[in-house]
Amino acid sequence: MSNKKSKLIRLTISYIIILAVVFIIIYPLLWVVGSSLNPGQSLSGSKMFPDNPSLVHYKYLFDSENSNYLIWYWNSMKISIITMVLSVISVSFTAYSFSRYRFIGRKNGLLTFLILQMIPNFAALIAIYVLANRTGLIDTHIGLILVYVGGSIPMNTWLMKGYLDTIPKELDESAKMDGAGHFRIFFQIVMPLAKPIIAVVALFTFIAPLGDFILARILLRDEEKFTLAVGLYELVAKQFGNEFTKFAAGSVLIAIPIAILFLMFQKYFVSGLTAGGTKG
Amino acid sequence: MDNLQTTTNHKRNALLLSIIPGLGQFYNKQLLKGLIFLIFSSSFGFVFFEMIGEGFWGIVTLGEIPKLDHSVFLLIDGIIAIIITIMGLAIYAFNLYDAHQNGKRRDLGIAVNSVRKQYHNLIDNGFPYLMITPGFFLLIFVVIFPILFVLLLAFTNYDLYHSPPNNLVDWIGFQNFVDIFRLDIWRTTFFAVLAWTIVWTFGATTLQVALGIFLAILVNQKDLKGKAIIRTIMILPWAVPAFITILIFSGMFNETFGVINRTILPFLGMEGIPWMTNEMWTRLALIMIQTWLGFPFIFAMTTGVLQSIPDELYEAATVDGASIMQKFFSITLPLVIFATAPILITQYTFNFNNFNVIFLFNGGGPAIPGQNAGGTDILISWIYRLTMTSAQYGKAAAVTMILSIIVISVALWQFKRTKSFQEEDMM
Repeated sequence: MSNKKSKLIRLTISYIIILAVVFIIIYPLLWVVGSSLNPGQSLSGSKMFPDNPSLVHYKYLFDSENSNYLIWYWNSMKISIITMVLSVISVSFTAYSFSRYRFIGRKNGLLTFLILQMIPNFAALIAIYVLANRTGLIDTHIGLILVYVGGSIPMNTWLMKGYLDTIPKELDESAKMDGAGHFRIFFQIVMPLAKPIIAVVALFTFIAPLGDFILARILLRDEEKFTLAVGLYELVAKQFGNEFTKFAAGSVLIAIPIAILFLMFQKYFVSGLTAGGTKG
Repeated sequence: MDNLQTTTNHKRNALLLSIIPGLGQFYNKQLLKGLIFLIFSSSFGFVFFEMIGEGFWGIVTLGEIPKLDHSVFLLIDGIIAIIITIMGLAIYAFNLYDAHQNGKRRDLGIAVNSVRKQYHNLIDNGFPYLMITPGFFLLIFVVIFPILFVLLLAFTNYDLYHSPPNNLVDWIGFQNFVDIFRLDIWRTTFFAVLAWTIVWTFGATTLQVALGIFLAILVNQKDLKGKAIIRTIMILPWAVPAFITILIFSGMFNETFGVINRTILPFLGMEGIPWMTNEMWTRLALIMIQTWLGFPFIFAMTTGVLQSIPDELYEAATVDGASIMQKFFSITLPLVIFATAPILITQYTFNFNNFNVIFLFNGGGPAIPGQNAGGTDILISWIYRLTMTSAQYGKAAAVTMILSIIVISVALWQFKRTKSFQEEDMM
């Protein structure tokens, strides 16, 4: 009897805590959706449940004569996808070499990568800025993409190497016996087995440029070249509060697809990270 | 010892001849290889000779005539010259090594490899290098190069008053570091920022880790219903891009218009709080926001670990008469900590450099009299401020170096301790 009672108390307390946390999580998210539906412009007049909800801000954002939102969206997608493709290619090459070959400089290379992944590459932002100026890559998407790809290599190489180490080497050795060349072993034997970690690296390198603010802000000058992060920040920062509802609408439009993508692949994230994390 | 056994000394001859790249290979009768070395190195020298000379002149003097010599560009060209020189020296060293090795083979009476065999050797041994090259090249230019640049910049007086093209930048040795620790305003600011960075890193990270682990264990209770939906909601803050949520919070915490001061606090019967103008409240808000942003990641990790703990462990403990608390502290917690330890530590380094939340929430503010950083600036956002608003490039570079040294030593210390690194066969 008392056992049953204590179980009831335990569960009730658990549910209360969970309910409180759920409320704290949901509230800001609902609030921004509510703000985006307010017909007014400013932060001050916006309500979570507007009296007369309207889609006027969404219409405004899609009207390319008044707003650059669609351009920013397109820029962000373009930059993210190219970064993802280039990163996955170079990361799988380097990770494969570090995992499968023993060559002079391997140890130092791994150590260098380890240290580099600890220093965010925007710590050297002065250098990146000056270098971009010098090479004429300032205010171009190519420059930004190169910085993203280079920055993604150290960490993701370690991540993928950790996973590749778990794929038995006997597989490539027997393939080598059968006369398969280096490229063939790489493309037809190891890479197909590494699909889960490739998915993780792809998602990481796709999402990282979307969330990056500082590099894009330093390198991009022209409003038409902005990414979403920079563009949305400008929208709120220019006159704080006065365009808040527009910002809210813009946020909802980018947050929803990313959240869906994320939730779909969330399991891979966890397994990829724990596999790579505990091993490598 | 080799000399005693062999009558010939091809080894030495080849090495000496190879001072001019390729000749040693000719001597070893490897004509094609020698030709490649000769052509490659002479064209390398031909193309880069002038550039390297100018580069070294530039990096030593940083320019002599204002308006004509651009010190910063000279510094960049100098670093590029150094990188190219190192690459050239590596090729040259390889040339000497190759000639010496093949000479040794001949001394010992082994035939040198035929062109065909050399080709196969090249493919086999060179394959990993071939694969690493594209990534490594990029890394040199967008990661290593900037780091070298900042390293050097920390020893110059590059700031608003010494900025090209109108003025020259000069080498000033350790003056920037001395200033940071000696001049009152810099010293006060540096230690204030450092102290807050440390409090921030430990406060925010520990809170998010603790909350994540706690909630994961709470939700993982067997008899709790609705696990799937609860878990999905718990992960939401991780799924929404952080820059968006931070900006949303910055709106919610707005002192006059924000929903927290206008609706929530009055509802609880409290007065409005100066979230954006009082540094203590801003700090509190930042730690709460980072906890909100960061706990789902730990939650997801821990949930993954919990699901992999076999039930038998708990059943055996129950048979032995262990209480819930005992089970938690001797089974659950050690297993969770063990499996997630490497990730937990990266969380600390992440927050140490968490620029986004600091900058987007309140721009590092509020301003504080008597120091040149905002009240919530951490090292990385202070560097940004020094660079972008006050143009103190030299000082910013010096602070960057201090920051890097901290991060690197923590990282090395941590990875030396983790098992995975010790197990790694590092050749």
